Amino acid sequence: MSKPLDQITWQEIELGALLRKPGSAREYRVGDWRSQHPVWTKSRCIRCGVCWTVCPEPAIIQEPGGYFDMDPYYCKGCGTCARECVTGCITMVPEEE
Amino acid sequence: MGHRKGMEVSIAVSHAVALARAEAIAAYPITPQTHIVEHLSSMVANGELEAEFVNVESEHSAMSACIGMSATGARTYTATSAQGLALMHEILFIASALRLPIVMTVANRALSGPLSIWNDHSDIMAAKDIGWIQIFVKNGQEAFDHTVMAFKIAENSKVLLPTIINMDGFILTHVVEAMNFVDQEMVDKFLPPYSPRHTLDPKSPVTMGAFAMPEIYTEVKMKHQVTLTDSQQVITSVWDEWANLTGRAYKPVERYKADNASTLFLTMGCLGEVAEIAVDELQAAGESVGLIELRLWRPFPFAELRAALAGANLVIICDRALSPGGAAPPVLAEVRSALYALSHRPQTLGYIIGLGGRDVSPESFKDIYAKARMEIAQGPSQEFYLYGVRG
Repeated sequence: MSKPLDQITWQEIELGALLRKPGSAREYRVGDWRSQHPVWTKSRCIRCGVCWTVCPEPAIIQEPGGYFDMDPYYCKGCGTCARECVTGCITMVPEEE
Repeated sequence: MGHRKGMEVSIAVSHAVALARAEAIAAYPITPQTHIVEHLSSMVANGELEAEFVNVESEHSAMSACIGMSATGARTYTATSAQGLALMHEILFIASALRLPIVMTVANRALSGPLSIWNDHSDIMAAKDIGWIQIFVKNGQEAFDHTVMAFKIAENSKVLLPTIINMDGFILTHVVEAMNFVDQEMVDKFLPPYSPRHTLDPKSPVTMGAFAMPEIYTEVKMKHQVTLTDSQQVITSVWDEWANLTGRAYKPVERYKADNASTLFLTMGCLGEVAEIAVDELQAAGESVGLIELRLWRPFPFAELRAALAGANLVIICDRALSPGGAAPPVLAEVRSALYALSHRPQTLGYIIGLGGRDVSPESFKDIYAKARMEIAQGPSQEFYLYGVRG
């Protein structure tokens, strides 16, 4: 979209709210919905990538060195990564902390 | 240009759909709508109508298939009734939100339970907020005419909204009536082929039916609201064009012997014809009474309705549905809301009649007239009454 979503007027809505550009959902900052986020304990991480594989968004990025972290723009804090982690190295931490 | 012929109204509606050259039909049989799609199905099978007829396993699938076919740019039609309309419910909102000009006949029937196959308006009143254009007809001729016109309204580039023609189940669908038909040449001139703004086309892909974030949902709804409200101009201009071609004129709010009448009945659908007989007889007996027939239900014709009712002292609003536990049955609530802004507004009294196929005769209207006048004289004890209920 040419404009940020919160600046589009009703007159500018396409017929039937149709979208012409593929992949426009990339702009949606769903990370705002999060009430908790994953934190990796690197000493226990074996860099297997299971967290990256199971993330439904995907909102997990692999850093140089092969360790993983969340992408705050997209991570909704669902906790799937923490539950599936092979070594239990991921902890879900409430946002306020 | 046309000819007059006696025919079952459902069959006449299927002929209207064929004359409109519908290209895609998906439907599931349900009483009392079945004859319409049954006849269309045989026309397609016999090669009389060049269309895709999709047999589906439910009305949920029927409307879903209609959305898909309309999205490819095909002129799309379906018909349903009561439980079928209810089963379509979630998909109905999507058809209008995607601005797909599907035309649907609803053969109005009571919703279960208790199970009833007979007529009332509880099916469509449970679907009044689906964002479709909604029109009521009172006889077979109107059902035929409005079916053809609905395609032209729905497909207008300023409208592009799905449209429902409501016809009372059995009372209209299964009656044999003499109707004036129009020929193919006239319909072809009146109704050009549908030219969609967007279609599902692999060469030019688009997303239809994407999700909307809270930042944009309200704007999308506003656009729908404005488009549906503004569609009234197109609706009346299409009706005027039909009147010029056929001599049969239609208005959003019809007046029957209503000039200077102190009391007005307000009806929708085929009850209008019954009320007309009662008005004739009451007027002959010296009563100052007339009739307003509401044809256009969505968009609601506020200005025309206010103008039609403003001069009366009492309006008796006849609903064919109940809004259990609500402030008023649906038509009464809408009419009262329309009148509220007037400084001098007529008194209103609601009567719910003809539920689940209960017969309504001219005598019923005369009795309601007497009862309503008495209620008003004494000060009404209730906002609305379930007419004829025992106990």
